[in-house]
Amino acid sequence: MITALSSAISAPHADPVLAVRDLAKSFTLHLQGGLKLPVVSGVSFDVAAGECVALGGPSGAGKSSILKMIFGNYRIDAGSVRLADADAVVDVAQAAPREILRLRQHRMAYVSQFLRVIPRVGAREVVAEPLLAEGVPASQAIARAEALLDRLNLPERLWRLPPATFSGGEQQRVNVARGFIGSQSLLLLDEPTASLDAANRAVVIALIAEKKAQGCALVGIFHDTETREAAADRVVDVTRFSA
Amino acid sequence: MTDAPLLLAEGLTKYYGARLGCADVDLTLHAGEVLAIVGESGSGKSTLLGLLSTALDPSAGRVSYRMRDGILRDLAALSEAERRLLLRTDWGFVHQNAADGLRMAVSAGGNVGERLMAVGARNYGAIRAEAADWLGRVEIAADRMDDDPRTFSGGMRQRLQIARNLVTRPRLVFMDEPTGGLDVSVQARLLDLIRSLVATYGLAVVIVTHDLAVARLLSHRIMVMKAGRVIEHGLTDQVLDDPREPYTQLLVASVLAA
Amino acid sequence: MSDAPARPRPAGGPAMPAITYNFAYLDEQTKKMIRRAILKAIAIPGHQVPFAGREMPMPYGWGTGGVQVTAAILGADDVLKVIDQGSDDTTNAVAIRSFFAATAGVATTTRTSEASIIQTRHRIPEAPLASGQVIVYQVPIPEPLRFLEPRETETRRMHGLADYGLMHVKLYEDIAHHGHIATTYAYPVRVAGRYLMDPSPIPKFDNPKMDDSPALQLFGAGREKRIYAIPPHTRVVSLDFEDHPFAVQRFAAPCALCAAEGVYLDEVILDDAGSRMFVCSDTDHCATRQADGHTGTMRAPYGSSAPSSPPPPPHAGENETALAETVPTPSGERP
Repeated sequence: MITALSSAISAPHADPVLAVRDLAKSFTLHLQGGLKLPVVSGVSFDVAAGECVALGGPSGAGKSSILKMIFGNYRIDAGSVRLADADAVVDVAQAAPREILRLRQHRMAYVSQFLRVIPRVGAREVVAEPLLAEGVPASQAIARAEALLDRLNLPERLWRLPPATFSGGEQQRVNVARGFIGSQSLLLLDEPTASLDAANRAVVIALIAEKKAQGCALVGIFHDTETREAAADRVVDVTRFSA
Repeated sequence: MTDAPLLLAEGLTKYYGARLGCADVDLTLHAGEVLAIVGESGSGKSTLLGLLSTALDPSAGRVSYRMRDGILRDLAALSEAERRLLLRTDWGFVHQNAADGLRMAVSAGGNVGERLMAVGARNYGAIRAEAADWLGRVEIAADRMDDDPRTFSGGMRQRLQIARNLVTRPRLVFMDEPTGGLDVSVQARLLDLIRSLVATYGLAVVIVTHDLAVARLLSHRIMVMKAGRVIEHGLTDQVLDDPREPYTQLLVASVLAA
Repeated sequence: MSDAPARPRPAGGPAMPAITYNFAYLDEQTKKMIRRAILKAIAIPGHQVPFAGREMPMPYGWGTGGVQVTAAILGADDVLKVIDQGSDDTTNAVAIRSFFAATAGVATTTRTSEASIIQTRHRIPEAPLASGQVIVYQVPIPEPLRFLEPRETETRRMHGLADYGLMHVKLYEDIAHHGHIATTYAYPVRVAGRYLMDPSPIPKFDNPKMDDSPALQLFGAGREKRIYAIPPHTRVVSLDFEDHPFAVQRFAAPCALCAAEGVYLDEVILDDAGSRMFVCSDTDHCATRQADGHTGTMRAPYGSSAPSSPPPPPHAGENETALAETVPTPSGERP
C-alpha cells in the first residue's frame, strides 16, 4: 500500500483531481523577533479520483500545513495546487479569495480536527449548511444531515442543540458529518477519527470508502494506523519535504 | 453570481486637514460578499466606511456602485436625490449607536415603515403588515410594535435597526461595530441573526469591527487597517490563521480565548 | 393697497410732542423688504421665504409675523378684519385691529365679506372668501417637519428634494397610537403638488377651504422670520393614507345660536354643573345668520331678546371640543 511519490505523468488514466507541485511554506514570527520557521518545501504529489492518499510523518512534519495550503487556509509561498474544476484546472495558490470560496463550495471540503462552533446554530443545521449553500432545498438538506448524524451515532436529542457544549467526540462527529455531506470532488481530512471510539471510527472508514466509490479524491492525516491502513490507498511521506 | 463588482473603490484617500484619515484604499465587493474591515481605534476603518457609504467626501479617489439597472456609477456624480434614494432603498447602514440609526421617538413599526413611506408607500395597512413581518424576522415581539425604541434593550434596538434597513430589500449593507457594547449573549444572538439574514437575502456587507471573532464568523474577506492604510487583506480564515504582517500577528495573538 | 403718506404730525405743544407713527407702523424700507419676500413666496407656492423680521410692539406669539405681513400690504383704502379663533373680539383680535386703526387709520370691520384684508389666528372664516381678498395667517412654527427632524439644514434639504416620507411617519404614528389620524389642527398639506406646508394651527376642518381659494393666502411667522403663500386658485391637498383618507371633523348638532350646520363649533361651558352649548366659532358668521332670522335651540329670534349686539363670543381656544370627535386643545401659539 505504501508507495513513493506517485506521478501524474506516468498515470495512464484521467487527469488527477489534485496535483500539488513544489509547494513551499515557512512562517515568520514577528512577535518573536522575526523568527523564521521553515515548514515544508518541494511538496509534490497527485491524487486521482476515487483515491485516498494519507500524509505520513511525525508531528510537526507539516502534514496539517499542507492540507491547509490545499484548502486555501494557509498562504502558499511557492509552488502550485492545481485542482480540477469541471473542465478546467484552478491553481489555489493563484486564486482570488472569491475563487477559493467558490472552490470550497463546489470542489473541496475540509474536516478539521476541531469544530468551529457558531453561536445558537444547532448541530443539524451546522451539518446541513454546505448542502444549503449548494442550493439543496432545506427540508432535504436537513433530512440528509439527520441521516448522517444518526449513522455517526450522535444521539437524536443533541441534533437541535448548538454543539458548543458537546464533548470532543460528539463535536468531531458533527464535524465529520458536515465535511462528508456535500458532493465536492476533493475531501481533506485532518485526523477525522482522533477522538472517536472504535465503532465510530468504523463508520468514518465506511464513509471514506463510499466517497472513493463515488469518485471523490481524498487526502487525509490519520494518526491511528488501523484507520490509515483501512482508508488510504497509499501514503505520501511528508518528511521527504522538510524544509 | 455575476462577475461585475457591486462596489468598487479606487485610491480612496481622506485627510482631515493635515491629519490622515485613510490613504490609497482599493477594494471591490461583489453581490453576496461580506467584507470585514478590522483594526484598532483610529486605524481609519470608520473613515473608510464613511467614504464608501458617501457620508464623507474623499480627498482623492472614488467609489462606484453598480445600480439596479446594472450600470456602474461614480457615486460622486450622483445627484443628491439619487444618492438619497440609493441610501434608503438599495443600501442599509447599521450604526453602533442605535440612536444614530433610529428615530428614538417614533414607534418600532414607524421606524421600519419609514423607508417604505419615503419611497411612496401610502397604504397604512400594507405598511403596517410589512413592518410587522420584518419585526418578526428580527425576533421583536408583535406586541412591541407600537412602542418606541427608547423602551428597548440594546440588542433589540440593533435588531430594529436591521429590520428598518432591510425592509426595502437592499443589496448592500454597511455595519459599523453592530455588536459593540452589547453583552456577550446578546452579541451571539445578534451575530447569528445577521449571519442568517445575510445568507437568506444574499446581502453584500461591509462590516467594521475591532472584534476578530465577529469578522471570522460573518465575513468572507478581511482587510486589516493600520494608521489609515490597508496593510493586509484576503480570505478571512487565511488572514486570521496565517497572518503575515507584524501588526496582524499582534492582533490575532491579542485575542482572548474563551 | 397703495401706501398713504405718513400722516402729518398733529399740532401739539413743543414740550410734549404727540406720538406719531409711520403708516402701518413699519418704515417704508422694511415694508419693501417684506413685500419682496411676499412676492417670492407667491412665486413659489408653499415655500418658506426668510425675511428680516422686525421687533414689533407686542410679544412673539401674539401675531408679530402676521402683523408685519399685514403692515406691508395694507393701503389707506383697505378694510381690515382681524379674528382670533374665529372671533372678532378676543384680546388678540381687538389689539391688532386697534393697532392698525391707530397706526394706519384704516377702516376695520367684523364682516368677512366687507374686508379686503383678513388677519387670522387659527381659523378661516366660514363665509367663502372672494377674489381680491387677502387672508393673512399668524404662524407660530412654519416648518411642518420640525418635530420630526430638528435640524434646519436637513429640513431644508428635504424641501429641496421634495423628500417628504417623514411626514407620513407622523401620520402613521397617529394611526398606530390612536386608531385614526389624530392630528386635528396644523394638519400638513402639499401645495401645488410640490412643497409640504404647515397651514398654521387652523383646525383641519378649514383645510379644504385653502384648496382652489380665489383669495390670496399669506402666512407670516414672526419668531422664525418666515413668510409663505398660496396664490389664488392653487391646489392644496391634505396628506393622508389610501386606507385612512383625510376627513374633516363632523359635528353632531347644529350651532345652538344660529342653527348652522357644516361649520366649526366651539364648546361653551355654561355653569358649574357642566351644562354646555356648541356654537359657531366664527362669530361674524353666527351673527349674520341670526340677523337673517336663523335661530338655534338655545336662543330666541334675533333682536327679540335683551342683547342688542351679537351674543357674547364663546370663549375660544381652551374648550374647543367637537361633539362627534374629540379634538385636542391646540397648544396655541402663545408662549
